[in-house]
Formats: sequence, structure tokens, C-alpha cells
Amino acid sequence: MTPTIRIQREDFDLSAEVERLTAARSHIGAVVSFTGLCRDEGGRLQALELEHYPGMAEAEIGRVAQAALERWPLSGLTAIHRFGLVRPGEQIVLVVATSAHRRAAFEAADFMMDYLKTRAPFWKREHLLDGTVGGWVEARQEDDDAASRWG
Amino acid sequence: MSEAMIQTRPLKLVYFAWVRERIGLAEETVTPPAEARTVAELVRWLKSRDEGYAAAFADEAIVRAAIDHTHVKPDASIAEAHEIAFFPPMTGG
Repeated sequence: MTPTIRIQREDFDLSAEVERLTAARSHIGAVVSFTGLCRDEGGRLQALELEHYPGMAEAEIGRVAQAALERWPLSGLTAIHRFGLVRPGEQIVLVVATSAHRRAAFEAADFMMDYLKTRAPFWKREHLLDGTVGGWVEARQEDDDAASRWG
Repeated sequence: MSEAMIQTRPLKLVYFAWVRERIGLAEETVTPPAEARTVAELVRWLKSRDEGYAAAFADEAIVRAAIDHTHVKPDASIAEAHEIAFFPPMTGG
């Protein structure tokens, strides 16, 4: 099974991505999806700017997906990450994992997100409502801690 | 590899986020001296070039590196590298 990895400026459609993984595959018993959205940070934020490293972003998410495939019996795996300007309420990232049973799909989606946050070469910068460009978002220790629990 | 085979050669460097802003370039091609054999030694040489690099690498422990699209540690050899990237800890997802 080859995972689908997409790095794109445009939005994505959750139901279309789920449909793509489940169509005509009646052995699938579980679909787990995670969608990450842009918060408004208490009304301060006009948009998040997402910078990425083209080429490496695809390669690194591909390596994380491969590790997930080796660890869980998945039927399908999709990861989509946007770049460019994303406004509060809009979607940033999507992971969909399908499997015969729920545990593998839940864990694989969780694992994908933990590693995607700490290893995929993306950087967020805040654009504030007053028109100024704020600082780069700092990496959080709890994200590193979340990734390290997978051993 | 014998000493005679170690040559200085052009290397593409790419920078992202605040590392890019402090250096003032998104990418460049450099020819580091032969003594720069690892990522850490390359960083030491870059820091000696001007204050932008010195500011970008002020805290060497925080800046991450990748060789040819793969994460590496500071002690990684740059002998086979075509493109080396420097960037802050990642904040995607």
C-alpha cells in the first residue's frame, strides 16, 4: 500500500479523501481522520503563514508514513499539509488512516500527527489583526514529548 | 577517502524561517574550506563570515540541519552533501 502525501496551497475536502480510501474496499472496518484548523488565538490572529521546505516536506512525511505502515496493519493512509496563508477556521492539515479494526487506525493517525508536528519541515508565522506580521511560532516541548512516547 | 581526494567544492545552502531572515538569504552556493567536514564545522565557518550568520547560529543547539532532505545531527559528514538546509525547530501540523 502506498500512502498518499500531498503538500498544497489549496484547501482539501475531508469527505472526498475518506471516500478515496474506502471506495470499493469492503474489508475496511475503521476510518480515523484528524483535521488541524487555524485558531484565531483569542481574536488576535488575521492569518497564519506557513513556510515549508519543498521536496523535504514530502520526503519527511513519506518517511513518517512508512514508519506507520510498518507498525500498524493499515489499509490506507493519507496526509495532506497546506502552505501559504491560512485564516482562522480554515483547515491546515489532514491525516486519514483506515484499517480492519479501530485501534490500528486511531494509533496510526495519532502517531502521524505527533511526528508530522516535530519532523515535517514547516514553520508558522502569525499575521495579526492590526496588520502587523508577528513572530515565528515557537516549537513546544509538549509536542516533542508527545512524539517521544512512541519510542 | 585519502586526504588528496578531499577537495573544496561548491555546496548549495538553503535557509528557512528566522534562520533565513537573520542571514538575509533564502539560498546560496558556497565553497567551504576543506577543514569543514561536518555540519558543526560548516556552521563554525559560516558564523565567521558576518554578523547575520553569527545571529542565525547564535544558539547552535537550536538550529536544525538537513542534508539532501534528511534530518541530520551536527556531527554528520558533509562530504557527500549536495544541499544542506538550516532551519528552526519545526512548527507544522
